[in-house]
Amino acid sequence: NWSWKVKQELGDISASPALCSGVRSRSCSSAWSPQGSTCPALVVSPSLSPQYTLWNFLPKNLFEQFRRIANFYFLIIFLVQVIVDTPTSPVTSGLPLFFVITVTAIKQGYEDWLRHRADNEVNKSNVFVVENAKQVRKESEKIKVGDIVEVKADETFPCDLIFLASSSIDGTCYVTTASLDGESNFKTHYAVRDTTVLCTDEAIDTLTATIEFAVYTGMETKMALNYQGKSQKRSAVEKSINAFLIVYLCILLGKATVCTTLKYVWQSNPFNDEPWYNEKTKKERETFKVLRMFTDFLSFMVLFNFIIPVSMYVTVEMQKFLGSFFISWDKEMYDEEIQEGALVNTSDLNEELGQVEYVFTDKTGTLTENSMEFIECCIDGHKYKDCISEVDGFSQADGPLKYYGKAEKVWNGCVCCWLWGAVALLLLPLLLFCKGADSSIFPRVQQEEIQPTKVHVDRNAMDGYRTLCVAFKELTQKEYDKIDRQLNEAKMALQDREEKMAKVFDDTEANMHLIGATAVEDRLQEQLAETIEALHAAGMKVWVLTGDKMETAKSTCYACRLFQTSTELLELTARTVGDSDRKEDRLHDQEYGLIIDGSTLSLILNPSQDSGSSNYKSIFLQICLKCTAVLCCRMAPLQKAQVFIYLSLAAGPITLSIGDGANDVSMILEAHVGIGIKGKEGRQASRNSDYAVPKFKHLRKLLLAHGHLYYVRIAHLVQYFFYKNLCFILPQFLYQFFCGFSQQPLYDAAYLTMYNICFTSLPILAYSLLEQHISIDTLTSDPQLYMKVSDNAMLQWRPFLYWTFLGAFEGLVFFFGVYFLFQNSSLEDNGKVFGNWTFGTIVFTVLVFTVTLKLALDTRFWTWMNHFVIWGSLAFYVFFSFFWGGVIWPFLKQQRMYFVFAHMLTSVSTWLAIILLIFISLFPEILLIVLKNIKEKNHQVRNKMMRTLYS
Amino acid sequence: GKKNYKADGHPSGGVGVPGGGAVGGGGGGAVKTRKPDNTAFKQQRLPAWQPILTAGTVLPAFFIIGLIFIPIGIGIFVTSNNIREYEIDYTGTEPSSPCNKCLNVSWDSTPPCTCTINFTLEHSFESNVFMYYGLSNFYQNHRRYVKSRDDSQLNGDNSSLLNPSKECEPYRTNEDKPIAPCGAIANSMFNDTLELYRIDNDTRTPITLIKKGIAWWTDKNVKFRNPTGDGNNLTALFQGTTKPVNWPKPVYMLDSEPDNNGFINEDFIVWMRTAALPTFRKLYRLIERKNNLQPTLQAGKYSLDIAYNYPVHSFDGRKRMILSTISWMGGKNPFLGIAYITVGSICFFLGVVLLIIHHKYGNRNTSADIPN
Repeated sequence: NWSWKVKQELGDISASPALCSGVRSRSCSSAWSPQGSTCPALVVSPSLSPQYTLWNFLPKNLFEQFRRIANFYFLIIFLVQVIVDTPTSPVTSGLPLFFVITVTAIKQGYEDWLRHRADNEVNKSNVFVVENAKQVRKESEKIKVGDIVEVKADETFPCDLIFLASSSIDGTCYVTTASLDGESNFKTHYAVRDTTVLCTDEAIDTLTATIEFAVYTGMETKMALNYQGKSQKRSAVEKSINAFLIVYLCILLGKATVCTTLKYVWQSNPFNDEPWYNEKTKKERETFKVLRMFTDFLSFMVLFNFIIPVSMYVTVEMQKFLGSFFISWDKEMYDEEIQEGALVNTSDLNEELGQVEYVFTDKTGTLTENSMEFIECCIDGHKYKDCISEVDGFSQADGPLKYYGKAEKVWNGCVCCWLWGAVALLLLPLLLFCKGADSSIFPRVQQEEIQPTKVHVDRNAMDGYRTLCVAFKELTQKEYDKIDRQLNEAKMALQDREEKMAKVFDDTEANMHLIGATAVEDRLQEQLAETIEALHAAGMKVWVLTGDKMETAKSTCYACRLFQTSTELLELTARTVGDSDRKEDRLHDQEYGLIIDGSTLSLILNPSQDSGSSNYKSIFLQICLKCTAVLCCRMAPLQKAQVFIYLSLAAGPITLSIGDGANDVSMILEAHVGIGIKGKEGRQASRNSDYAVPKFKHLRKLLLAHGHLYYVRIAHLVQYFFYKNLCFILPQFLYQFFCGFSQQPLYDAAYLTMYNICFTSLPILAYSLLEQHISIDTLTSDPQLYMKVSDNAMLQWRPFLYWTFLGAFEGLVFFFGVYFLFQNSSLEDNGKVFGNWTFGTIVFTVLVFTVTLKLALDTRFWTWMNHFVIWGSLAFYVFFSFFWGGVIWPFLKQQRMYFVFAHMLTSVSTWLAIILLIFISLFPEILLIVLKNIKEKNHQVRNKMMRTLYS
Repeated sequence: GKKNYKADGHPSGGVGVPGGGAVGGGGGGAVKTRKPDNTAFKQQRLPAWQPILTAGTVLPAFFIIGLIFIPIGIGIFVTSNNIREYEIDYTGTEPSSPCNKCLNVSWDSTPPCTCTINFTLEHSFESNVFMYYGLSNFYQNHRRYVKSRDDSQLNGDNSSLLNPSKECEPYRTNEDKPIAPCGAIANSMFNDTLELYRIDNDTRTPITLIKKGIAWWTDKNVKFRNPTGDGNNLTALFQGTTKPVNWPKPVYMLDSEPDNNGFINEDFIVWMRTAALPTFRKLYRLIERKNNLQPTLQAGKYSLDIAYNYPVHSFDGRKRMILSTISWMGGKNPFLGIAYITVGSICFFLGVVLLIIHHKYGNRNTSADIPN
């Protein structure tokens, strides 16, 4: 009879597979307890928590939505329009707001419904509860604290439990906690001591189950406490939008304040306040002055509120949502082997893909294929390849052997449970087998045995193979009993159980005999080196986080050109700690690579009390930021997340993490952008990621092409929105100086409402979906282009100021151009005159044409759709204006636009003025393009001249 | 054993690996549809025109635009300069002005204060002359003022006639009778009467002023309609309404001609089109050229008779009378011409300068190419 005890060593833990846990545990339980008494392997279930019920959906959802500053602002504006007598009707802002709120509510309601459905599956699942010595079937949501729950093999725990007893003799069970911390390693749990006796003696052994005691249920479970919404990821673009929003809010408040102040200054003259031709109503006269000033202020706010457009949020959301389809549609990111393409789990981060500075990658399965291929083994210094038969009394080995995952390895009929990095005790007729990395095995064996195997192991490691050493030891019955007793004692210890057990293992595993070592190849993924080189060239720093042995990881890194031959390597491992101070000052222009191992990392990140090591943190950070490539080997899964938190807190760069296994989930969730590889280790990583791709090489297109384009598109979208609304509202602001600060709108209400919704929305949406200022092929082949947009380059204050000035300039041109035009007595050849609505319509026409043509100037990729929406919007504007002015609308109080547009077009002067003003507005932009072009050419020429001179 | 494990744990792992479990094949086949469509749109490879604005293409455009704009500008400028315009301020704020006596006139002064201003036209006005009145510092674009009207009443809606919109407050009703036309705009309608005489050897010849054809056709024929009912008697149709407070006469007595009376009176329509800026002109009368031999207004002495009813002094306003000829581009306005000439010149100039710079580098560029 075999029985297994698995122990974990810190630093020896590594990437573990993210198989479908149910499947995995079934196989394990049978393998582990062949005699039939099952040690159930259990998985903690994910608990999703729906936010809403049918009853509270509306109020709660509305409350949640209006907690967003932008929505709240629009709500306030809407309410002001309803309450106060404002220049524009509440419809102008109410309609868009209603639209936004409804769409969001539907989306969130749908997502919540999905959550409800998933929750029901979990909450309504049947659980056996022991009540009055009877087994009672219960729905899992009805478990109360104090219930005794029976959980069978391969089931998930319904809540937090105390382990009372199991059906196995020694009262153990094996648990994976993949859904808690992403570790799919099996952890041994021991029943509470007092109950162990009970369960082994009594009748529970007929039940292949564990008996547990409910401690926490529902929202109090660890799972629920740890649960964080994934929606918390906010992109850098969004932060910029918020910053710009504040600027525009200040502009808005400033404008409203200026107008209100000037209004009262102007009105201090009684004949301005109330001339005989324009008397106030009784009500207006009787209102308190302070209240009047306040309502005036609000009215101005409403009049200028279009400067912060609701539609921008709609457009940004739509752009992100629709744009993300291009990623999943991309056939270049489709993998024939797994028959899947890229997967987009969130569309909020598209543009962040163009901003990545740090790439953290897992090694196994991400950089490598994760298809283990048996290469060779050495036994007692003899090398064996492929088919091995009858060697040293061992029967045979299937070859070539292929195993996936860091899973069990069958070797010579003896079962060697190859839980990666773990050291196993195997008590077969009192033979103790032990396997592990050479670094953990060699200290335990006789020194003279090491040398012949070490040669092989080192050579294999240099070749990039994964090596594993196996040792054995004979035990006498006495020794076995002693160990067993010691282990039991350690197991029952209430304090320092882990340490005590580790000590027992350490003592036992001394003086072993080395059998040999195996070498397994994990092939590198295709085009890996090219991809990593491209990422480097794009200015990204690549960190490899792996649980592998340093030498293996290092050779992989060389193979995938993470480290070039010219790269100077800084090794920071437990042996070399302390050297960092000296090397730090030498970091100059050369490319540096850093190698650090898990234990050193924990020394640096979790310094013990002594003061000396705390400053390593900052030194370490400086070194890290200067190295182009960093290799962290021998990492525990949790350390991976720790690196992120540390790095993002300290330096705040935009990080991307990519991994394929459940142990990468923590770092995928932690990074700004989490990418899952749809690898062989299951779905955990891709489900928790923001984007999932089949292979590492797809990262190249995802970042360099898609990320770059999305960033450029959305950055342009944001800037353009602010710009077009600034030059939309500025003439209205200027008009206040000519209408006695009376809040008279310059444009008709229809134009005010439709400007952002109809006339100028589609061209920018099409642009932000289709634009390719540089073709995708160029972007993918020239990684350096990626650096052009790095550091949020298009949304810095400089470009923002440029756009703002452009908007302000154009606003001034529109208004004063038409103002000077109106100095004329008549613009028509029949001497008839135009009124204020014609004035506004001319300004508006110039505005719509200018902002659309400005976009046309920026468009570098004219598909038929761009043509359609750009010329279509302009045509629609003209058509709409004719239509709107061509009918006496019975529902309108005033027919102010009646034939205004048509009359406007009968005037030759107006035509000439419109053309001139559009040209003047676009002139600086065109001039800038030309100057840039000349400068570029100049630069090129100078470079060429220099080269010529040198040659 | 182990075979079982492999098949069990990795349903998709075996695909394509010889010797591995072939079990995964079924799972793979079911998802064949996931392969993205190879359409140009989905692959972002739509055929596209990719314009590159280079100096080489834009600069000639500058050049051409300059060449187009300058002649247009000159044309407009010359046209504008050929327009004859004469303006008289008859507010009467200066003590010497003949209208000074009327400065503080009120609305209901009867008989109206009249004054006469003599002036001399240095040049003759050859083509049709348009007579405008101009007001300054008059905020027709004030919000309270702009919205103070009821367009459905003016459109002839009988219910609005008797129950005007609330927007007309405080000019909605007077002594419990609805005002027609209601609102501040109508109430403050310009009511000076201007008459023009040519003085020839001390004889005053009146010049015919045509008062029709000064309003937009659509306003006169569609937007503004008299109330409908039995017969065409406007007095009866406006029964039950009262005149605007400041008006001396009700709306149906604005003119003797029936097709220029009531809401469709053109002076009224012109006034109802609110001006864009506080200083504005409105068309008042037309002076048509009678025959081809004589100019419409010869150079010489003229006198303007004003029935001064409209008070502007209280809000520091000014009143003007403008005589102007009109060209294809409207009235006199040097702005457009100058703007065109300026922009055209800048364009042309920059085009030339940048073209030279560009060519210099372009030439150097090609010469640098040769040794390579």
